[in-house]
Order: sequence, then structure tokens, then C-alpha cells
Amino acid sequence: MNIAVLVKQVPNTTEIKVDKETGALIRKGIPTIINPDDLSAVEVALKLKATHGGKVHVFTMGPKSAESMLRELYARGVDDATLLCDKAFAGSDTWSTSLVLSTALKRHRFDLVIAGRQAIDGDTAQVGPQVAEFLGIPHISYVDEIRGVDATHCFLRKKEEKQSMHLKCPFPLLITVLDGIAKPRYMNMTHIFNNASRDVEILDNDALAIEKADLGIKGSPTKVKKTYAKSITKKTTAESLAPEDAAERILAVLREKGGMPDAL
Amino acid sequence: MRYDDGKDCFIYIQHEHGVIENGSLELITKAKELLSDTEENVVAVLLGTLDQNTHDTLADYGADAIIVCEHPDVSAYDCLNHAAVLTEIIETHHPKSFLFPGTVRGRELAPRISARVHTGLTADATRIELDNDEGQTHSLAITRPAFGGNLFATIITPDHVPQMATIRPGVFEMKKVNTPYAKRIDHTTDVELKSPIEIEAIIPKENDNASIADAKLIVSAGRGVKDCLDMVQHVAKTLNAELGASRALVDDGVVAKLSQVGQTGSTVRPLLYMACGISGALQHTAGMDKSETIIAINNDPAAPIFDVADLGIIGDAKEILTHLMRRLDVSNTP
Ligand SMILES: Cc1cc2nc3c(=O)[nH]c(=O)nc-3n(C[C@H](O)[C@H](O)[C@H](O)COP(=O)(O)OP(=O)(O)OC[C@H]3O[C@@H](n4cnc5c(N)ncnc54)[C@H](O)[C@@H]3O)c2cc1C
Repeated sequence: MNIAVLVKQVPNTTEIKVDKETGALIRKGIPTIINPDDLSAVEVALKLKATHGGKVHVFTMGPKSAESMLRELYARGVDDATLLCDKAFAGSDTWSTSLVLSTALKRHRFDLVIAGRQAIDGDTAQVGPQVAEFLGIPHISYVDEIRGVDATHCFLRKKEEKQSMHLKCPFPLLITVLDGIAKPRYMNMTHIFNNASRDVEILDNDALAIEKADLGIKGSPTKVKKTYAKSITKKTTAESLAPEDAAERILAVLREKGGMPDAL
Repeated sequence: MRYDDGKDCFIYIQHEHGVIENGSLELITKAKELLSDTEENVVAVLLGTLDQNTHDTLADYGADAIIVCEHPDVSAYDCLNHAAVLTEIIETHHPKSFLFPGTVRGRELAPRISARVHTGLTADATRIELDNDEGQTHSLAITRPAFGGNLFATIITPDHVPQMATIRPGVFEMKKVNTPYAKRIDHTTDVELKSPIEIEAIIPKENDNASIADAKLIVSAGRGVKDCLDMVQHVAKTLNAELGASRALVDDGVVAKLSQVGQTGSTVRPLLYMACGISGALQHTAGMDKSETIIAINNDPAAPIFDVADLGIIGDAKEILTHLMRRLDVSNTP
């Protein structure tokens, strides 16, 4: 089974701080990581490969510096890695990004494409489904278990708010997976050692030949009008209260809001 | 699709077993409010059977028209078949905007359509305004959190129609209008519906008797009350409240994921939210700061949860809960 996995290098958003004075993001020195959902996607792919054979090929669109992330994935056991890197790609929204990724995927034949549910810097969850549409294959989002695979079909569990669905879909298809689907393995020392100098395929737009008008900020249907840091809306001063008094104050609010059970 | 004569705001009506998803009704209410001074209509788009009850509900919340496709192959949700028919509806009616509830289904379906019709899609937005700048009459300016809630971005789609967005459920109110009337428009589909996805089974979630997203009263626990979680649960139970939690406790495995409030959990807007031992990280407050009243108990005077609280109490949660329980139990025994 040939599997493609879409991955993204992201800033570690838990470490992002906002400058309280200017409202700007302080990005300096923020470490980059592999997007957590994507790491689970890689793990699922490696597990499928272990039981069913085939190859795992990871793709990312990003700056040259994303190469280090792909090397790390070699060390986890992926077979091939492609970096889609061109100045023309910079600033692409999900539509343009999906166009780039799908154009690269079309150079191969994959049975299964796996993407993480969403990236922690953008949280859009859109690239997977959009890539599937551009490839003309079905997609299923929010998959939290691969229940089985046979020669022609994939059996999946999709998680919705109030229920889970067991779905069956023929190959080829694209799925986006939740991070709980698999716990990423540790990197293997021999793999790290053997892959330190392994090449990452780098493709620019000369190779992909996508219309310039569909790329980057210009080619993106959505535009960012403005950005701002969260403003603090309410301001009440917190009070130090003795526990008895605190309890009384809480009861008072409960009564006022009609939150006391009828019996009280 | 290029921007030309697009008109009206379309809203995808998610429904199952005759029950309409609140997220869709919230969008109708919001769109109605935004467009009330314009010539544009709020159009509910429903794939499936439109019985009288459903029709009335959509009209009650402000739909001016309902486009319905009753083809049997779209009566149940299927991402590919729904994408096909919704694309056809877009190509027939040229809406100016198309909004989807930011549910699992909405977020699975909308991107597929936006790719197909070549238009912009904004994900999981929490705010919509009319954008009348630069001659963009009645287009929408749609704001969403990014970078884990640290930053907000306002997104526009100046050159493509329809402008699309998924909107986080629970951030807007749903309100009935005074004089409901919605025109019914039947859509017969010509597309070949051939989704290869088969549903083998549907498994309801266990212990989902009450959904936290609809709760009126939530008592929520953070890492600061990990060692007295039973007390928080007891208070919640006495008050008939739902138990909420920060991700810290969910990650620690002491509270079910279903109870998680925040960016990667549920968005809630109860009448009262009581946060016990929760620091108030942006990822948490993003899911609860619209609550009508917020009580916060934390022993750190600098905890950011106090920035969103209406009543902020600096103190030891365990001691305060002990007293609260005593008072509640006393008034509970006649
Ligand atoms: C991508 C991403 C998504 C996330 N999504 C969510 C989400 O959906 N929901 C969410 O909640 N978090 C989310 N988080 C995590 C979030 O950033 C915080 O780490 C988390 O909310 C912290 O939980 P906490 O406040 O319970 O724990 P802590 O940060 O450990 O805070 C505990 C608090 O308890 C107080 N305390 C300690 N002892 C006592 C006592 N005896 N009495 C009173 N107070 C006491 C402390 O002063 C402290 O403020 C997300 C993070 C990331 C990166």
C-alpha cells in the first residue's frame, strides 16, 4: 500500500506570548515543531506499512528550513520525503496550498493520503479536504481509528460530536486523523544515524508548473484584512475572601442567576 | 468563481432525525441581524425532507427562504453527495455568501465545496461583520482565532463568490423573529450521486446524556482542584450543573474528553460558569468567555482567568468548596 502523508512545520503555539503593550505576537526564538496531528498521521502510516507493506512518502510545503523536519521523519522510518518550496508559494491560503500539495501528489499514485486534522498555527482543518477535492478522490475527516484494510477498501471510525461512525470506503481516499489515533514512536538511533545525510526531494514551481495567478497572496481567494491580539474585555478586580464569605458570595450569584436547584 | 452578481446569504442546515443543529439556527439569527437593513435575504439550504415543523423552525429563527432538495440520496448526510448538490445549488442561485456551522460535518464538507467552486473559505470563525469598505457592499468580514487563540485575524474574500465560512457553534445566540415567513424553493438535482462511502454502523457516544455545549450551568475543574475533584463533582451534581474541565485534567486522564472546554474542546455559553483552579489560558477562555456570568476561584491573584471573571475570588478552592458544599447540603436537607 502506497501512502502519502501531509505534514507541516509549525511554531510551538504553547510558547507564543503576546506583547501586552503592542498586542503583537512575540515570535522570536519560538521553536518549531512538527504539527502534532501530523505526527500521529505519520505514525498511522508507518503502522499500516508495517502490517501491509508498501511505502510512506511525506510531503510538506514550506521554507527551506522545513528540510530538517523531513530528515527527522526519515529517522522515524518514512521512505521518501518531498519539500515543496518556492517564493511563489509564500503567503498561500488553504486553497492555494492545497493546489500545490495536490499537484505534487499527482506525480505519484497513492492508495491512501493521510493528513493531520489541523495545524496548531492555523487550526483550519481545510487543507486535507481541499487536497482530496483537487485529486478527485473521496475524503473522510476526523478519523480516530483505522479499523481495518483489505485489498480494495479501508474501514474507518470517524468521530462526531455525539456519535462515532463506522465507514467503509474504497481506495484511493484521503483521511484526516485526530491526534489520539496513534502515539508517535520515538526516533530510532540507527535510523537517525543512517539518515543524517539522506536527500530530501525539493520541488519548486518550475517542477510543478502551476499558474502563477493561483499562488501566494495574489492567488489566494481569502485575504487577511487585519490581525490583532486578544483584547481583554472584562475587568473586575479579584478579591481575597475568607472561605465562608466566598461561599456566600457564590450562593448569592447562583440565586441571582436562578442557578439554585428548585429544592433549595 | 469570480465575483459578479452574487446575492443573499445561504446557510447550510445540518439536521438529523428531524432535529436541526443549533449551530445552523444561530447562523440564521446572526445573518438576519446583519442583513436586516439590506435587500439581501437569509436563505436556509436543507438537503433532506422539509416537513412543516422543520419549515416553521427555520422561519421562526429568521430564514426568508428555504431551498430544499428532497432527493433520497441526500436525505442522510454524505460528504460527497452533499458537496455535489450544494455546488449545483451555488451554481444555480449564485449566493454572495455561504455559511456552515463549524461542526465536524460542516468542517468536513465546506472545504470540499470551496475547492470545487474556487472560492475563499474561513475556518471556525467567531465573529462576522458587514464589510462595506472599498465598495464591497454587504460582503462579510469574518474573524477567527489563530495561533492557538493568541491572535485574531479578520478575513475577507474580495474577488470570489460565494464567500464561505464555517462558524464555531455556540458563539452566537439563536433568537426567534416576530413575523416569521419563509418561502419554499424546491431544488431538483441533475448531478449523479455516487458517493462510494458506506455507513456500516453508527455508535452513539456513551455518557452523553447531557451535552455540555447546551448546559445552562457549568462547574468546571482545572489542575488546581485535581486533588479534590470529587468535591467539584459533588457541587456540580447538587446544582444540577454539568461538569466542565480544562485540558490539563483531560490530558491527565481524570476527566472525560467530552467535558473539555476550550479551543480544542467545547465552546460553551451558559448562564453561569464557575471555574475552579483553572489558570485561564487563552485556549481555555476561548471556549467560555461568552458565558453570561463567570465566577473564578484561584489562589494566584495574577491568574489570567480573573481577566474574564465577573466574580473573582482569590483563595484556596478546596476550602471554599468545603464551605459551599456545607451550605448547599444544609439547604438541601429540609
Ligand atoms: C493547541 C492547544 C489547544 C488547547 N486547547 C485547550 C482547550 O480546549 N481547553 C483547555 O482548557 N486548555 C487547552 N489547552 C491548554 C491550555 O493552554 C492550558 O495548558 C490549560 O488550559 C491549563 O489548564 P489548567 O488551568 O487547569 O492548569 P494550570 O495551568 O496548571 O493551572 C492551574 C491553576 O490552578 C490554580 N491553583 C492551584 N492550586 C489551587 C488551589 N488550591 N486553589 C485554587 N486554585 C489553585 C493555579 O494558580 C493555576 O492558575 C490547549 C493548548 C494548546 C497548545
